[in-house]
Amino acid sequence: MKLLYFAWVKEKIGLSTENVNPPPEVATVAGLMDWLAKRGGGYAEAFTERALIKAAVDQVHVPLNTTINGAREVAFFPPVTGG
Amino acid sequence: MTTVRVQREAFDPGREINTFCARNPISGGIATFIGQMRDFRGTSRSAGEPLTAMTLEHYAGMAEREIAELAAEAKNRWTLDDLLVIHRFGDVAPGDAIVLVAVAATHRGEAFAACAFVMDWLKTKAPFWKKEIGADGAAWVEARTSDDLQAAKWDK
Repeated sequence: MKLLYFAWVKEKIGLSTENVNPPPEVATVAGLMDWLAKRGGGYAEAFTERALIKAAVDQVHVPLNTTINGAREVAFFPPVTGG
Repeated sequence: MTTVRVQREAFDPGREINTFCARNPISGGIATFIGQMRDFRGTSRSAGEPLTAMTLEHYAGMAEREIAELAAEAKNRWTLDDLLVIHRFGDVAPGDAIVLVAVAATHRGEAFAACAFVMDWLKTKAPFWKKEIGADGAAWVEARTSDDLQAAKWDK
């Protein structure tokens, strides 16, 4: 599964993209955030304020309780500020 | 017709609008919106400080897809002849156009409404993030609750 990070999420983690293989018990976007936060450091810092982070699965905005079963690409980012 | 361009290059809004008008001779009403980069910091952090530059990060692929989807939704809701959306990414200078929306319709009502709708949804859905750069440093722009409320007005 490919992960992408944007804006300050990317800066805190120090990566824009990486490939991961989460264990089967990591079933949702929120579960994936918990699993990543356990790595500590920038991951823990980025995922501390859960309310500030949005997610997309396969390039579609999703709520955090969305399943990641079958997902090819999961992205984490702050609320968008374009326009 | 719908055209969506997500590009790094600067564009000339006047020229784009002229081309858009010329290609829609049947349309009596054309509404346009230009979003340009301010030259001062607008967030709570040291509000009003001058800005020298801005970087727009975007999620390539998803950005084009989200804009195409909201453009399609605009065409479902109103009878439009043509719709153009251009959005920059990368480095932007004060005064540069960041976004252009142009809507062609038979009359003004539909053109105005669709143009406002496209911008309101774009502000909350299109994956772009602004980082403002000034003498006092660089900071990510924070999303505004008022933008969410504005977008929610169009919920059916």
